[in-house]
This record gives sequence, structure tokens and C-alpha cells, in this order.
Amino acid sequence: MSVSVTINGTSRIIDADPETPLLWVIRDELGMTGTKFGCGVAQCGACTVHQDGIPIRSCQTSLQDAEGTSITTIEGVSGKAADAVRSAWEELSVAQCGYCQSGQILAATALLSETPKPTDEDIDAAMDGNVCRCATYARIRQAIHVAAEKMEA
Amino acid sequence: MFHFMKDQIQAAKPSRRSFLKMSAAGVGGFILAASLPGASRKAFASEGDFAQPFVHIRPDNKVVVLIKHLDKGQGTATGLATLVADELDADAAQIETNFAPANVELYKNLAFGMQGTGGSTAMANSFLQYRTAGAAAKAMLVAAAARKWGVDAATITVSKGVVTSASGQSASFGDLAALAANEDVPAEPVLKTPDQWVYIGKSFPRVDVPAKSHGSVGLYGMDHQAENMLVAVLARPPRFGGVPTGFEAAKAREVKGVVDVVQVPSGVAVLATSTWPAIAARDLLEVTWDESGAETRSTDEMAKELADMTATKGISVPGSHGDAEAAIASAAKVIEVDYAFPFLAHAPMEPLDITVFFDGEKAEFWTGSQFQTIDQMVSSKILGLTPDKVTINTTWAGGSFGRRAQPDSHYFAEAALIAKARLEAGNAAQPIKVVWTREDDIRGGYYRPMVAHKAKVGFDDKGQVTGWSHRVAAKSIMQGTAFEQFAMKDGVDATTVEGIGELPYELPAFQTEVHNAKTPVPVLWWRSVGHTHTGFVAETMMDRLAKEAGEDPLDYRLKRIKNERLAGVLKLVAEKANWSTPLPEGRYRGIAAVESFGSYVAEVAEISFREDGTVKVEKVTCAVDCGLPINPDNIVAQVEGGVGYGLGAVLRNEITMTDGEVDQSNFDTYLPLRMTDMPKVEVHIVPSTEAPTGIGEPGTPPVGPAVANAIAAAKGEWVTVLPFSRHGYA
Ligand code: FES
Ligand code: FES
Repeated sequence: MSVSVTINGTSRIIDADPETPLLWVIRDELGMTGTKFGCGVAQCGACTVHQDGIPIRSCQTSLQDAEGTSITTIEGVSGKAADAVRSAWEELSVAQCGYCQSGQILAATALLSETPKPTDEDIDAAMDGNVCRCATYARIRQAIHVAAEKMEA
Repeated sequence: MFHFMKDQIQAAKPSRRSFLKMSAAGVGGFILAASLPGASRKAFASEGDFAQPFVHIRPDNKVVVLIKHLDKGQGTATGLATLVADELDADAAQIETNFAPANVELYKNLAFGMQGTGGSTAMANSFLQYRTAGAAAKAMLVAAAARKWGVDAATITVSKGVVTSASGQSASFGDLAALAANEDVPAEPVLKTPDQWVYIGKSFPRVDVPAKSHGSVGLYGMDHQAENMLVAVLARPPRFGGVPTGFEAAKAREVKGVVDVVQVPSGVAVLATSTWPAIAARDLLEVTWDESGAETRSTDEMAKELADMTATKGISVPGSHGDAEAAIASAAKVIEVDYAFPFLAHAPMEPLDITVFFDGEKAEFWTGSQFQTIDQMVSSKILGLTPDKVTINTTWAGGSFGRRAQPDSHYFAEAALIAKARLEAGNAAQPIKVVWTREDDIRGGYYRPMVAHKAKVGFDDKGQVTGWSHRVAAKSIMQGTAFEQFAMKDGVDATTVEGIGELPYELPAFQTEVHNAKTPVPVLWWRSVGHTHTGFVAETMMDRLAKEAGEDPLDYRLKRIKNERLAGVLKLVAEKANWSTPLPEGRYRGIAAVESFGSYVAEVAEISFREDGTVKVEKVTCAVDCGLPINPDNIVAQVEGGVGYGLGAVLRNEITMTDGEVDQSNFDTYLPLRMTDMPKVEVHIVPSTEAPTGIGEPGTPPVGPAVANAIAAAKGEWVTVLPFSRHGYA
């Protein structure tokens, strides 16, 4: 059975079991490995993508639930907030192992798109679902503030 | 890990004679290699020779630094690139890195004698080696330029990737690469003096951050893709030590995409054309297990066994002095403190994964290999190949914290056995990626051992220590592995007692004994290894002793400390955390200092309590002395991360078992540290010109005892049974 989804602006017809989690469609069927598998049970956020601009967990979203929507992954995320986030991430060398960082960047981009000047409490609320086993949290927080400044400039 | 090997770093400095050898390789590029003893220049250039180099300069002016260590987030690739770039006077922007192939002669860790990463040794063992490689490359570029321009080499200067003569000629490294390949390798390239360094001790951009911020393809082993690849997910024994005896796979085989089901000693593998069907079908397998050799006890029973062991005499640990037992027998007061530490999973963000391709003649692997030499040996043996027929492509790893440093290479072995079984059953050779789910990871063993400590201390009537007798009981990490013969002496596994065999404080009488417990649960080094528990015990005990003596915990330590550098970080952290200034109402602090892997770290934790009684760690101030700080920003990052990693564990992590079955399975039951748990972390680095030591692990040990001491400052009681969540503090 085939399902139609827009991925990073390109509409794709995907021939896979509609129950397949979007995560595995993106990674295995489309070969885009930036979206990560961390837990598979909505606990870590490594698999975060945007669905119509809202951050979702692709391990918990079936292909069928994504039908007709627009999905953005780390490979495709762009715009003012995403650019500011990436540049802050690089400036502060946020990544250690980096495995969680696709998810962190997508979560941070969604936060800044909604709330361009987030407080520490806003950051806690938006980012608490994204686990980093290297514990880069202090830099993630700082980088979000830096990105917010960059967006203002 | 490998604290015991630390001293060998100095002894293992490469001899000049066998150190550097140049070879021409590639088209117009040139390569510098640490050569095999006696290897000729030709040998390196020949096709299919894997004896590859440290530095490769391409005609497009890129400098590729070959990284002999695994980079799992600790920044080693950047660190090694920094050393080469500095001596070479390269521009940071022209530096790239590649992981070196498995080749023990070329790429051994000089501290281990085998290729591998661990014990925070990467920078220490490579410091001279990689600088020398960079300096030699520069000398050859200069020689080539002198020859080309007909000028004296002494008139040539190199800066930021540009070679310039006094008479105004200039060329890029890329322009000169092919010519430089013909120059002789200098026997003793002149190394810079520290005042000439441009990157070392200052800053160098992390080589991996851009790729990791863009989700670049194929960075990690989990991301490996190949034509015709199968994905394998295994049903593994529910209890450690169980083995499969048979399976029923009719339902599993009905899942679309499933290709095969293969039994190996570690479990039953479902092979499918992609990951999801393999995961889904795995759950439909019915496997029968032989559990006659399996661990069937609960962790409560195991903890009791360990505690009981500490009540009896054990094997003496070197480092004892005085007659502690006699001192205690005649003491005015005696305290006895029992500690219990749980099993801990490493839970790196990237669960284990490995891709294997085996065609009967040769094999190739793609994964974040941490002990390449052992991984190559173990898999070649299983596959009936010589090690040179086994290629290991080391990828970036999404964390490890020790998990990938495998004395038994179990995940390589498992992949090799699956590939072999497929081939023997008459299937065509295909790449097979074995994927571990988070459940497989959390329930998969190789834990930080469960440990019991018993400290018995005698005091005189003024509260001063007269003697301390200590016992530790745990399963040894080394026993039964290939390392046992080097790593265990007279029944003492250094990784069980490192940090508690001898204390850094002057005490009248002190002795430690150890018991090695037995269980089929596999155990392993976990970021900072023995110091995860010995540091906690030693540093919470020091606070108790200070209390008995009626002294301030900092003063108490400083008065008795034997090591200047440890004293240095204690003083620095006390100053930076304003130790002598009273805190506002509701805030408490604790201090701890631990030397591990040759680095010295002291931390002050400042805490408060939430309304529900849980601890909020507000701030951790750290002082670090890891010798010459090669890349200060990376040191700060590693200490921030090390504090978070250690804090997450002491707050609420434990692997428990009921009748031998692990109770936790994923991040909903093995709760990771999150953004809202993360304290502010402030890191101060001691300026030093001592030989550089590691920083991947040493930030971790002090945080637990610092927080425990802060809790005690508030409540008057020390936590001795971990994690803190058992006591309502998390
Ligand atoms: S993989 Fe989806 S939340 Fe962890
Ligand atoms: S950077 Fe390693 S898990 Fe976040």
C-alpha cells in the first residue's frame, strides 16, 4: 500500500506498511539517517521531526498518521530559527557524541519559532523530553539563548 | 579504565628509530606513517596495504589526520587534529579527520600495547606521537619547497597552511604534497616549544560539530547503509547465562520483510530487509532457553551476598600501612559504615549496532569499535580468517561511556556468528546490520558492577582517626577476560579497588581487603570505573571523619592531603565556590575531590530541596588539573558532561532484577538525567605544564559524594545506599 507524504518540501509516495513508524520510513526507506532511533517509546526525543511545523516523535507516528502532512527532518529544516540554532550550536560546540543533537535542534527550532525570546522555564518545558546522555544540557540552554539573540539581530 | 596501565604510558614512548617512516601513497598525495619496525617505504605504498598513516595531505590542500582512537563524544578526534595542525602550522579550516583502520602495529594505544580507547588515555599516549607526525610533515613540506625554489630551507617559513620563502615565493600544502612525498622523513623533527603553539592550549574548532548539527549521512554505525543489507534484531535470554535451545518462528516469518531466523549462542536473530519488520517479528518469536547456568537471584539477594562478604576477611590490597585492626580494637570510638552500589547500565544514546559483511574469504565491519585489536582478533577467529582479512571501519559512536570497550567483543562475535551461520546455510554473502533496541541495551548487561563497601574506623577521645579498615566486595571486571593476566595480581582486580587501596590523605593506619563475587551477570567499566564507587565512599567518609573531629570538611582534607595537585584543585574550587562564605537560607553545599586516571578534580555541589523533598542540585563548581590543557573548551565540555552523567546515576539509576530478570527496560524505567535536572556547572582549569592527562572520565567521580555531603550538611545523614531516589531525594 502506498502513502503520500511531503518530506522536506518534496512530495513522496511511499510503498510500505502504513503501520510502520515514520522514523523507520525516513531512515530505512528514504535513507535519511539524521533522524535518530534512541528509545522507540517516546521517551528520548532523538527521533524528533516537525509535522506541519510542530515537533513530533517519529517513533510514535505511523506512516499512515503522516499521510497528507508535511514532515521536516534535520536534513531539511531551514529558516530564520533553524539557521540561528545551527549557528549557535556550532559557535558553542554543543555536540559531544552528537547522537541526540538532530532531535535537540528540531525541538529548539520549534521552540524559537513559537517563542523567539524564551525564558529558562520555557526552555525547560520545551526541551525536557529530549534526552542527552552526554549531558550537554548546559550548552543547549545557552545556545538557545544565543540563537534567540541572533534572531533579533 | 586501565588505571593500572597508566604508568606504562611513560615507559611506552615510541623509540625514534621505529617511529616515523614516510611513504608515497595515493595520487599526488603524501602520507606520513609510524612505521612497522623494519618496514620499507615501499610497503606502505603498495596496494591493499592497510598500514596507513597519521597525516595525509591531498592535492586539494586538505590535511587528513588519521585518528587511531574512537571518538564517542569526548573530542579525541579534535584533540589529535589539534596536535598535528599545530606542529604542521596548518590552517584549522583545511583539517579533516578519518578514523584509522584496525592495525595494532601502527595504531596501538601506547598505554595499552593494543589499539583501543579507554582510561582517558587518548591524549596522554598520543601527545608526542601526533605532534611528531605533524612536525615531520612540516619539515618535509619545507624541504620540498626549498628544493623546488632552489633556496635554503632555513629561509622558509610556514604559517596557517602557507609555505613562504624569504625571497617571496609561496605555495600551499596541496601544491607541495606530491613533491614532499619524495623527501626523507626527518629522524628527529624539531617540535615546537610551548610558546610557539598556536592551537594547543588555546582553541581549535571541533571537527565534528558541523556534521553533527546537520544530521549528516552515515556518521554513526547505526546509520550504515548498504546495497542488499539485512537488519538483524535478536531475542536474547531473559536471564543472564541462559542459552537458546530452540525456537518457533512461524509467526515471525509471516511479517513482511522477514528473510530468515538464525539461532546463535547469544540468542535468536530475526533477519529482515529493514529495521522495523525485524523489531516487530522479534517479539513474535517463541524461544526456549536452557537456564541451568543462569542467574536466578534477585538483586536484593545479590546485595546481601556482597554485604555478607564484607563481614569476613578478604584478599589484602596493596597500599596498606600500619595495623588498622589493632588500632580499631583499642579505639575510644568506632564507626562502621556499609555502602551499597547498584548495577548501572551505560545507556549511550546510540544503542549498540554493528554491520558485518563476510564472504568466506574476508570480512568487513562498520561500527564504533573501541578495542579494534580485540574486536579484530575475536571476529577473525570465529570466521576462520587471519586478522589481516578482517577490516574494521570505525565510525563515530553515539556515546559509549565504556560500553563499547569490550574485552570479549561480544557484539562483534554475535554479528560474526550470524554472518557465518547464514553463509554455512548456503546463502549468498550479504551485509548484515545487527541493531540493539533500547530494551536490548538496558537489559543487556555489561553493567557497572554491584558493589558493597564496609568502612570501619577507630577514633581517639578527641575524634582523631587511629585506624581505618576497609573491605570491598564486587564481581571483578577483569577476571575471566583476556586482561586478567595483566590486570589482576594475587586476586586483586585494580579496577575494583582503584581509589580505595590507598587514600590521598595521611592517616595513621589504613588497610583494604577485597572479595571477588561471582555471578553470570556480565560487568564492565562505566565512565570512571572503580572511582564511581570508591570516590563516593572515600569522599563521604572524609566528611564523616571531619565531623567526628569537629573540623570543617575542607580544612580537614587540606591538613591531611598528601598530593599537592589534589590540594591545588581543592583550594581553587573552595575559592571559586566561596566555600567560607555562608549560604542563603535553604541552600547547602558539599565538597569532594578525586584523582582518577592521573587527573585531579574537585567539585562543590550547591543544593536546595524542592517542596516534595527531592534534591535540586543548583550548581556544581569544578576545579580541574589534567596537566597541560590541550583544548580548554573541550575540557570544560567534558567536565560539564561528566558531572551530568555522574549526577544522573546517583540521583535515580539502578538496574534491579527479580528472580534474575531485569526490571528496567527503557528510559521510562531507567530514568535519564534531563534538562530540568541539570545544574549550572562552572569549570576552572588549573594552568599547568605537566604532561597532559585525560578528561573524559575524571569529571564524573566527585559529583556523587559532593551532593551526598551537601545532603548531609542539610539533614545530618549521609546516603550510603544508592541511588538517592531510594531515600526520596530524587
Ligand atoms: S526514539 Fe522516539 S522518542 Fe526516543
Ligand atoms: S551529545 Fe551525546 S547524547 Fe547528546
